[in-house]
Amino acid sequence: MTAEEEANAAEQARVDEAVEKAKFAIRVRGLKNSFGSQVVHENLDLDVRKGEILGVVGGSGTGKSVLMRSIIGLQIPDEGTVEVFGESMVDRNEAEAVAVRKRWGVLFQGGALFSTLTVAENVEVPLREYYPNIGSQLRDEIAAYKIHMTGLPAEAGPKYPSELSGGMRKRAGLARALAIDPDLLFLDEPTAGLDPIGAAAFDEQTRKLQQVLGLTVFLITHDLDTLYSICDRVAVLADKQVIAVGTIDELLATDHPWIQEYFNGPRGRAATDAQQRAKAKGNATVSGKRKLDGDAPGRQ
Amino acid sequence: MNRPAELSEETGDNGAVLRLSGNLSVSCLGELPSRLDAIEGPVKTLDMSDVDHIDTIGAWTIHRFVARVDARIEGASDDATRLIEEVNKVDEPVAIRPDRTPPFQRVLGEIGDATITAGQTLLGLLGFFGATLVTAWTLIRHPRRIRVNAVVQRFEVVGVSALAIIGLMSFLIGIVIAQQGSVQLRQFGMEVLTINLVGRLTFRELGVLMTAIMVAGRSGSAFAAQLGTMKLTEEIDAMRTIGVSPMEALVMPRVTAAVVMMPLLGFYSSIVAIIGGGFLCAVSLDIPPITFIQRLREVVPITDLWVGLIKAPVFGLIIAISGCFQGLQVKANAEEVGLRTTSAVVQAIFLVIVIDAFFAVFFTWVGWN
Repeated sequence: MTAEEEANAAEQARVDEAVEKAKFAIRVRGLKNSFGSQVVHENLDLDVRKGEILGVVGGSGTGKSVLMRSIIGLQIPDEGTVEVFGESMVDRNEAEAVAVRKRWGVLFQGGALFSTLTVAENVEVPLREYYPNIGSQLRDEIAAYKIHMTGLPAEAGPKYPSELSGGMRKRAGLARALAIDPDLLFLDEPTAGLDPIGAAAFDEQTRKLQQVLGLTVFLITHDLDTLYSICDRVAVLADKQVIAVGTIDELLATDHPWIQEYFNGPRGRAATDAQQRAKAKGNATVSGKRKLDGDAPGRQ
Repeated sequence: MNRPAELSEETGDNGAVLRLSGNLSVSCLGELPSRLDAIEGPVKTLDMSDVDHIDTIGAWTIHRFVARVDARIEGASDDATRLIEEVNKVDEPVAIRPDRTPPFQRVLGEIGDATITAGQTLLGLLGFFGATLVTAWTLIRHPRRIRVNAVVQRFEVVGVSALAIIGLMSFLIGIVIAQQGSVQLRQFGMEVLTINLVGRLTFRELGVLMTAIMVAGRSGSAFAAQLGTMKLTEEIDAMRTIGVSPMEALVMPRVTAAVVMMPLLGFYSSIVAIIGGGFLCAVSLDIPPITFIQRLREVVPITDLWVGLIKAPVFGLIIAISGCFQGLQVKANAEEVGLRTTSAVVQAIFLVIVIDAFFAVFFTWVGWN
């Protein structure tokens, strides 16, 4: 092999690596997290592709939220690397971190809205913080359409978080997470505590926003219906690692007992049935809604 | 990819044409929105063929401009068309802040609110005091329901744990009184009266009063925060459904602890303050400790001790009741826990000082001068 060929090969390898990197929004390698003597993650690897909705499931206490916190830099891992858009998230200075933070939005479990600000002001906070040169009128308008986009009624804008229901608080949190048009969205149990109709509407909204805005979504959930209806792939956390990643059909083909129990338990089967029914009827949801609307005046 | 958004204007065959180029996402918009706002004239066409990338904020900027000047969009990519359609669907005004009332009305309203709140708090405190008395009476009749463990635990938290900080505070207060008093009394050559000052002041007033303030800050606030948090996490509701009375399980141990511990802490505080005063007298006034103690026995009547010891349990009761009352008033959110804790301490200290003034008048009237 001549020196030239060697250089070409090295160049090729570099290009391959760059192409490989560009395909993924998040890459986690060899992650280790522990609290005192309790090890939560050990040697954990995970890739999130650009433009997909990745569902993350796992039993209680398997460290789903801790994984999210280590990706967004709220938890410093003991070992391992975390890359978001090809930039390492471990050991970076504040200025570099801000550049990456501008590209993601996070919806925390309880919404984590600022309680002293109204919903609309909450949505304005990231805009104000990252893009102070946007005029106040334009900022108000942006907050207004974000609020509508996430399915909140106009009356919710001037309300304080304590005056909202749980579902509205989640939507307001989503509106804030989407405020600066991120490329990557983290959702921590977005449908927990919502009624089934509200949860289904939230799922549909998430899917629609993901398609319209071309988002990559990292979604932690316990909700099997969410997994079936909107996730492109699902990652399963167990034994301190991601034991499997793939579509639900691929996961069902593995013989890990936890995965089998999870998807083939009574709830899992119900979600499968619901999904098949929805597919069979196609626009069943639309006619169902119409029927509900028709019923309402009769009841009064 | 990351060319900043640019704007150029030209006149075509049928009216003005605006040409947009570059990246129309929020990070690259720059001054574009304000430049679009500045364009007044009639614009026929908006040419977007040279736009690389667009996000919803860029789409919104275009949408509002197009809606204002009634222009036609040309050469937009599929992405851009879709995003502009999407933001068009959700174009509806939203109020950002609640309506503001004019300042004059608002001030009047706030005064009214504050008055009503003050009245309600006073009534509520009285009611809570009554409820505490009723519970105390029930417990006296059924002594087996008294939670001895909880009471003893509170004794430790309210009393024993406070010894160090109250001791240090009292010692320093004793030194300060003796030092300041001696400076003034030296002008009459009556430095020896410093002993009267330290002895009588600490037993009658300062020992108990300073202890009350310290206990209000240490324990009154803790009571409010603990009960407030328990209220938020629905622990108190859970207790009720299981048949445990929060008054018996939570309030009575705290009230008992404060009422029993205050006289002990007050007495301890007075003694330490006197030691502090004695220390200063020995060091800077050359009064030997033995003389200090003899003189103390001559000038401090035993009634001074009674005055302090009678006031202390009343102060303890006030502190515990306002702490528990405010804690149980918490509802809605975590911010309220902080507000209620603050008002518990402020209220307790205020009431302690008011009651102290009444006591001063009363004891003078009784003749315990």
